[in-house]
Amino acid sequence: MKILKTAIALICLSLPAYAAVPIQKVTSPGGITAWLVEEHDIPFTALEIEFRGGTSLDAEGKRGATNLMAAMLEEGTGDMDAQAFAAARDTLAADIDFSSNKDMVSVSARFLTENRDQGADLLHSALVAPSFNESAITRIKAQIISGIRSSNQDPEHIARQAMASLVFGNHPYGSDDSGTEESVAALTADDLRDAHAAALARDRVYVAASGDITPEDLGKLLDRVLGDLPATGAPMPADTTLDDKGSTTVVDFPTPQSVVSFLQPGLDVQDPDFMAAYVVSEIVGGSRFTARLMDELRSKRGLTYGAYSNMVTMDHANFMSGHFASDNDKVAEAVQVTRDVWADVAENGVTQEELDAAKTYMTGAYPLRFDGNGPIASILVGMQVQGFDIDYPKTRNQLINALTLEDVNRVAKKLYNPDALRFVIAGQPEGMDQN
Amino acid sequence: MAYRLPALLVMGLSCGPAFGQDITDFTLDNGLQVVVIEDHRAPIVTDMVWYKTGSADEKAGESGVAHFLEHLMFQGTQKMAPGEFSATVSALGGSDNAFTSYDYTAYFQRVSADNLERMLTMEADRMENLDLSQPIVDNERQVILQERSQRVDSNPSSLFQEQLSAAQYLNSPYQSPVIGWRAEMEALSREDALDHYHTFYAPNNAILVVAGDVTPDGVRELATRHFGPLSPSTTIPPRERPQEPPQLAERRIVFKDARVAQPYVMRSYLAPERNAGDQKSAAALTVLAELLGGEPTNSVLAKSMQFGADAPAIYTMASYDGTSVDQTTFNIAAVPAEGTTIQEVENAMDATLQTFLKDGVDQTQLDRIKTQLRASDIYARDDADGLARMYGSALAVGLTVQDVKDWPQILQDVTADEVMAAAQSVLDKRQSVTGWLESDEVTQ
Repeated sequence: MKILKTAIALICLSLPAYAAVPIQKVTSPGGITAWLVEEHDIPFTALEIEFRGGTSLDAEGKRGATNLMAAMLEEGTGDMDAQAFAAARDTLAADIDFSSNKDMVSVSARFLTENRDQGADLLHSALVAPSFNESAITRIKAQIISGIRSSNQDPEHIARQAMASLVFGNHPYGSDDSGTEESVAALTADDLRDAHAAALARDRVYVAASGDITPEDLGKLLDRVLGDLPATGAPMPADTTLDDKGSTTVVDFPTPQSVVSFLQPGLDVQDPDFMAAYVVSEIVGGSRFTARLMDELRSKRGLTYGAYSNMVTMDHANFMSGHFASDNDKVAEAVQVTRDVWADVAENGVTQEELDAAKTYMTGAYPLRFDGNGPIASILVGMQVQGFDIDYPKTRNQLINALTLEDVNRVAKKLYNPDALRFVIAGQPEGMDQN
Repeated sequence: MAYRLPALLVMGLSCGPAFGQDITDFTLDNGLQVVVIEDHRAPIVTDMVWYKTGSADEKAGESGVAHFLEHLMFQGTQKMAPGEFSATVSALGGSDNAFTSYDYTAYFQRVSADNLERMLTMEADRMENLDLSQPIVDNERQVILQERSQRVDSNPSSLFQEQLSAAQYLNSPYQSPVIGWRAEMEALSREDALDHYHTFYAPNNAILVVAGDVTPDGVRELATRHFGPLSPSTTIPPRERPQEPPQLAERRIVFKDARVAQPYVMRSYLAPERNAGDQKSAAALTVLAELLGGEPTNSVLAKSMQFGADAPAIYTMASYDGTSVDQTTFNIAAVPAEGTTIQEVENAMDATLQTFLKDGVDQTQLDRIKTQLRASDIYARDDADGLARMYGSALAVGLTVQDVKDWPQILQDVTADEVMAAAQSVLDKRQSVTGWLESDEVTQ
């Protein structure tokens, strides 16, 4: 699931800003920077904060600590317990959500203009001084363990997790960042304080805001919310390397429909060939019905409800991955068709017609993402995380339009490798050989 | 806290607020209702065509045909080839999709505002000129069967909730799932789909909602040009569906499946829906759902069941959506803590409800919920698509634009006494179905 989330984040920020939206860079008096789109029509502000590192900063033997720590941030601070915190937040009609994934701990907030300062104070307390109260830890652990048990019976999670384990092994990307029942049960308040110190620091924070706030007020808010965090946190995890050994793995699970996850090495988002690869990926595995996988598996053969693949750029790994679900008696054929699509792209690339259609789609879809304070703040923080320049939105469509068929097919033939494809199938597929 | 909530807990308050000032509505001569929601912050538009027909309007024995037709609406007209509709939208950088529910079927596109006319041209075309070939129909039947496998059969919680609905309704067509029962889906024919199409798809059984960077006059002109020439149908059947008889006896189901990792109890109570000019009971039930289980920390069920040393539950929830043609349900659920049986957690849930019915509403909590409902008016303005869905679904079940505009104030006016009266009337086990989802110990 976490891989999927990262994939979605990538798609959002790879279709970045509407050129007409002016993005300002704001630096607070205390030296914290943020990107801002001012929009005073509606009296609220959307705020997005990301801390790089995420659950991959879990200490040895403490799998699930960062995930639990992030979940605990709304469970009490100072003299407020969980119920008092929720009541304070709801009295302000503020939204404050904490979450985590393998690369980030994330905060997503909305504050009404009329009580924004109080909302900021509440967020500050939650981030800087969480209580990690014992009874709350017990309560949230029980929820997380329930979630782990459910995931372990979910064929989609089983397939994705088996793939992650196969590809990333002992790297944090290889294990479920919720932890195991045992690892979560063993976590203590001290472990959470360690995870908090490791993950939430000013040297790894990215901030974006959109809405009814001036640069001056945002500067003050940044210092108010984040100024008391420590300057530095834990060192970042190591990068991974992916091999190009293909494989097929079946994880036996009694369910009428198999879930298929597939993967091969990809490209870094800052690689000069990335944009060409991204366009090819849209042609092969995008959600349009004309995309190759969707057309071959669904429209032509009725083998699945939907088949997708995309470029995934995580902080320490780059790959292409895809997924679909297909009834047990049809999944072998669906896997073969996927291989055939991959082999055809590797050998023949894409057509001029496909490239033209993908270009008009991708450049036309570009402004449509910028349709509200919430989405704009999310896109802006994602751009910073991925290392894009603040002016990138103005050039992004030109980069796509400048790609020639020769460019994209050179990259397609270099990148797509049917022999490097790994498949994991969770279910009871008929007629499927493993290797 | 967005991590891994079980699916049952994600149903929240789905009746959002209305936002009055930039909403315009009118009706074309052929009966097409049009709603325009202005949002000029970005040059983007969402257009939606809502048909006042859903799975509850299907013929007996043809469950799933409304949803099957929804898929087939992308498969060609006399003017457009199969798949050309979506390909045209994406070539313009837009996105399109559709969804089917018990009471409506809706199609939508999201494009830059200057492409609106193209969208309306295509929507008007497929309102009248659907043209389906047999091979396309046969392939799409495989797709909806795969969709059922993915959404329902692969997920014991979905299967359980399907069984729960079937048990709740003795006579109402809400007893059948929107996607259909598999055996009936397998038998759906091209003729069945076209029959549903010709019966229900007409301008006087549809609502066009356009939200975004548009003006009412501009939309009126485009709608008149493209939908105006379509003939109204004179044979749309009245929505007089079989009604649910009074439920006199509590019903219970136990669903066991080897794939269940986390058991839970869920109960549905028959409950009234919103009606045009008469939304007070529904508003009270909406507030009641928020009070009982709308928030994971301070709601009545959470406070009573999830906190303390021997808390019997790890999650609780309550939900209600009154946007419905016929009688609907009010739902509550609880997920037992480790070492607690489903019977024990159900007992705790019942004890909590009894205490609530005796003690009444905590005024502070009620005030907080109303503050949030008021604020959601402001947040809703950030999401023109959401407003379009709110108006479309309300009008599709027979409410008026005025009803939608009145709804936020009706919610604000709900008193503690009205909430308690609604609770007394609805939270009666004799008109409920209680379901247990359990792990089947027999494994492979």
